[in-house]
Amino acid sequence: MTSGPVVQVADLRVTRGGVEVLHAVDLTVAAGELVGIVGPSGGGKSTLMRAIVGVQANVAGTVRVLGQEAGSPPVRGRVGYVTQSPSIYDDLTARENLEFFGAVQGVGRREVQAALTTVDLADAGDQVVGTMSGGQQSRVSLATALLGEPALLVLDEPTVGLDPVLRRSLWATFRALAEGGAAVLVSSHVMDEAERCDRIALLRRGHVLATGSPADLRERTGTDTVEAAFLALIDEAAA
Amino acid sequence: MTPRITLAVARRVLHQLRRDPRTIALMLLLPCVVILLLWWVFSELPGGGMLDRFGPAIIAFMPFTVMFIVTSITMLRERTAGTLERMLAMPTGRGDILVGYALALLAICLVQATLVIALAVWVLGMEVGGPIWALLVVALADSFLGTALGLAVSAFARTEFQAVQFMPALVFPQLLLCGLFLPRDQMPRAAEVISDFLPLTYAVEAMQGVQAGVDGAVADGTWTHLLVVVVVAVVVLALGTLTLRRRTD
Repeated sequence: MTSGPVVQVADLRVTRGGVEVLHAVDLTVAAGELVGIVGPSGGGKSTLMRAIVGVQANVAGTVRVLGQEAGSPPVRGRVGYVTQSPSIYDDLTARENLEFFGAVQGVGRREVQAALTTVDLADAGDQVVGTMSGGQQSRVSLATALLGEPALLVLDEPTVGLDPVLRRSLWATFRALAEGGAAVLVSSHVMDEAERCDRIALLRRGHVLATGSPADLRERTGTDTVEAAFLALIDEAAA
Repeated sequence: MTPRITLAVARRVLHQLRRDPRTIALMLLLPCVVILLLWWVFSELPGGGMLDRFGPAIIAFMPFTVMFIVTSITMLRERTAGTLERMLAMPTGRGDILVGYALALLAICLVQATLVIALAVWVLGMEVGGPIWALLVVALADSFLGTALGLAVSAFARTEFQAVQFMPALVFPQLLLCGLFLPRDQMPRAAEVISDFLPLTYAVEAMQGVQAGVDGAVADGTWTHLLVVVVVAVVVLALGTLTLRRRTD
């Protein structure tokens, strides 16, 4: 549909409670790309993602999604967004949650079943969400964002609190979604997860310290891991 | 607004309530228990007629109160759980959410009001001069008002605890001022003027107007009072819509 990047953020500044929390952030995500936003808690990862989804107030600068203004009506049905805490109805079953949001997106039962299978909940679909484990709940929330084959997936810390086996399978899912042509933006404060991304943006105190592929960042800083690269970049900034 | 989405919201709200049978039982039975209690407490008093005097007001207040509580709590949950934000990040219109909620709750209220009116009129013998269906129409308008106010309050309350506290704050002053305990023209002038601006005054007068009707017609002014209730509800609902913000801090 659009030839340009799926996400285009330029000189983004966000003010919360009178304080600027994101300072002149630039970021692009192309179709088919898996991009990680990595950095410590409180660094502005969630705020950046909320600005891209179009639910953050007091935003200045450019935030365009699929060539349109972020959050504007033409892109609303095309962005899947998962917040840190699961935004689902805990008094409904997983399937009822998905069927409701599916009806909003205009997709049917087949897609609901496919989304449940993707997050490995095909057998737990009829369980009431409130009785599920935290990990299962966050997967229901993730499945909800997969409905309607979004062109952009914005996933805020989707693997927090999940066991390693499930984390690996979810990262494989993110990779598969990107290979299917979606732009996938994932935030994490776990640095080693970032190694699985095509590109990483290191975000700290509202500034993007660096962007590049994991290999780039390691090479640039002469380190072995993304975590070491991150620490080297902080020291560099402080020097 | 999209009919598909509006109906999905209504169905989902009913689904959620169905998961909570105790709440449904309370919603449907509580008004009946209150009216039964009213009848029973005065049953040995000579002269009687207390059910005729207070019954219409209770039928007006109960759907309002119940729908107010249900709407304010469920909308507050939508706000705090992030499901409201998720809906608004999707192609959901604000009107879909409001009308979806109103449809689901009106369906519940239809059952609730039918039960309490049937009990009051046919079992306990409350005197009604106007048509019985008019009682139902007024009860539905009152529940609509409760839904509208509940939505508005959900924007101001930070916790469910606060939301529930708004209920007595809205209900008790209106109950005292609506003319039920003392005809409004006998109140202090200031109280009478205040009561002119309270929607439940008109809700109760509409109920009493149906009761005071003769030969299957309602008393003069009843439909005007009903109209006031509906107009206030629509205005409050429209203001409530403004509190459903796509972008938040």
